[in-house]
Amino acid sequence: MSDAMDFLLWTKGPMFNIAMAIFAIGLLARLVEILVLGRSTNYAEPRANEWMPGFRTVLTRTVADPGTFKRAPFNVVVGWVWHIGFLIALLLFIPHIELIKGVLGISWPGLANPVVDFFTAVTLLSLIATLVHRMTHPVKRRISTVEDYLVWTIVFLVVLTGYLAYHRLVNPYPLALGMHILCAEIFLIMLPFTKLTHIFTAFIARWYNGAAFGRKGVQS
Amino acid sequence: MATPKRPDKTLGESLRAHGLSRRGFLKLCAATASMMALPASMVPRIAAALEQAKRPSVIWLSFQECTGCTESLTRSHAPTLENLILDMVSLDYHHTLQAASGDAAEAARMTAMEANAGEYLVVVDGSIPGPDANPGFSTVAGHSNYDILMETVEHAAAVIAVGTCAAFGGLPQAKPNPTGAMSVMDLVKDKPVINVSGCPPVPMVITGVLAHYLTFGALPELDGYGRPMAFFGQSIHDRCYRRPFYDKGLFAETFDDRGAQEGWCLYRLGCKGPTTYNACATMKWNSGTSWPIEAGHPCLGCSEPSFWDGGSFYEPVSVPLTANARTLLTAGAAGAVVGGTVAAVAKHRVKKADANRQPVTIEELEKKL
Ligand code: SF4
Ligand code: SF4
Repeated sequence: MSDAMDFLLWTKGPMFNIAMAIFAIGLLARLVEILVLGRSTNYAEPRANEWMPGFRTVLTRTVADPGTFKRAPFNVVVGWVWHIGFLIALLLFIPHIELIKGVLGISWPGLANPVVDFFTAVTLLSLIATLVHRMTHPVKRRISTVEDYLVWTIVFLVVLTGYLAYHRLVNPYPLALGMHILCAEIFLIMLPFTKLTHIFTAFIARWYNGAAFGRKGVQS
Repeated sequence: MATPKRPDKTLGESLRAHGLSRRGFLKLCAATASMMALPASMVPRIAAALEQAKRPSVIWLSFQECTGCTESLTRSHAPTLENLILDMVSLDYHHTLQAASGDAAEAARMTAMEANAGEYLVVVDGSIPGPDANPGFSTVAGHSNYDILMETVEHAAAVIAVGTCAAFGGLPQAKPNPTGAMSVMDLVKDKPVINVSGCPPVPMVITGVLAHYLTFGALPELDGYGRPMAFFGQSIHDRCYRRPFYDKGLFAETFDDRGAQEGWCLYRLGCKGPTTYNACATMKWNSGTSWPIEAGHPCLGCSEPSFWDGGSFYEPVSVPLTANARTLLTAGAAGAVVGGTVAAVAKHRVKKADANRQPVTIEELEKKL
């Protein structure tokens, strides 16, 4: 405990730089690779335009169609709830906005702390529900890999440590805050090399899909 | 020169000799109890203990410091609890305050040490150039700070490190720490060390620790940094009267906006209250007049280790120390080059394979079958 402040300053100092560098190198390497490789040339004559159907699919695949909802309502509802809660906590909590402003120089209005706190609590509960579901659902259990559990763990830890730090449930506080920052840094480092990359690639993939449909002239 | 032997008068006698009435004495005991967060039922016990207590000999050593800690203790408005408690000890050596100087002063220190061996308290303010640093960086009467400290604490009952410099290295230890400054607890391992941090510390905390020692003959309960729990047990943020604004999400964003005028939370202006443990929010400064956050300025975190190296005083706690958009862009550019190269190599390989492809006709294939 006596080195809590040193630990906090390490996470805010050198470790933050390392995490950010690995994140940026890894993410850009993957994105540029994907975009430069593109898709193999399609020699068939296009039946229609690619662009609009691409964007349409970005939208339509984001909102689940009734069939998907009927088949897996839990996935759709809980998935949406925790993603939104996570984004609210990440982007609209004032200390996070200050962090982004400090690093990138851009900022936007935030939400009052109790509102963010509520969404964080909901996110935590939803995340637990997703884990229980994953471990009890016969199909999901079989298709889950070690990476899936690893990704769940780091996301959960980021939110949990943030909640503990905000409510000052761990003493001394510099230790609590340092743990939260460290978890967020591990998250950043893991992001380009795990399924977490979907934060950036999901929409690209959807566009490619939609564009391919459009080209063939099928409904996107 | 009078021998600064341990005075034989009890504290009660000494205070009465200073004209303190019985009533005044009990008031002092009650204040001491509340200051140390002890129940009122303890007051008679404190009174009895203080009445009988012998005034301990105190040797005050000043090293790499700015005298702010001594100022904090002595410049509080008179007559105060601080003055009264100063009467509780026999301050046998304090080279800023004592009349004697040079050899006479040093002799006073040696005499006090001999006469009260094993029982005297050592108070230190300022950090110490460590054993590996140039001893000439800071000397008193021709001796290095390190030698004086080690010699003086050898037969002490306990050491009280007053101020963040003595407790954690403070300003002298801030990067790049040119004098190899170290804290008392870095150097003194075989004696109890109590840290009363702060830049400067709240005067009542210094006297509170002395009062506790006199009353109970033992040191108070300490936190992970060796600071008395009674004063450092809670963070500034936990006791801050602006906390309701933090909880509601109402922040001052400049020093003269509406939020500042309405007294909203100073987090966005760089307040380090959330990570700082000190008694300012409850004891306040200048005899309870006000304190920095009440005056509209964010807490600097002055009672915590490395507070000079903890980033700008005006950046919020959540902002990283050195990371900036350039780090991100440079790393991103490097990543883009890596990704581009990998993709280009892959494409090139496919093209080459295409170029070298040996077409096979159906006839040839059928022949092979
Ligand atoms: S002013 Fe500082 S200590 Fe007070 S509530 Fe705001 S952040 Fe906490
Ligand atoms: S408010 Fe903070 S910086 Fe100011 S004296 Fe108190 S602990 Fe130190």
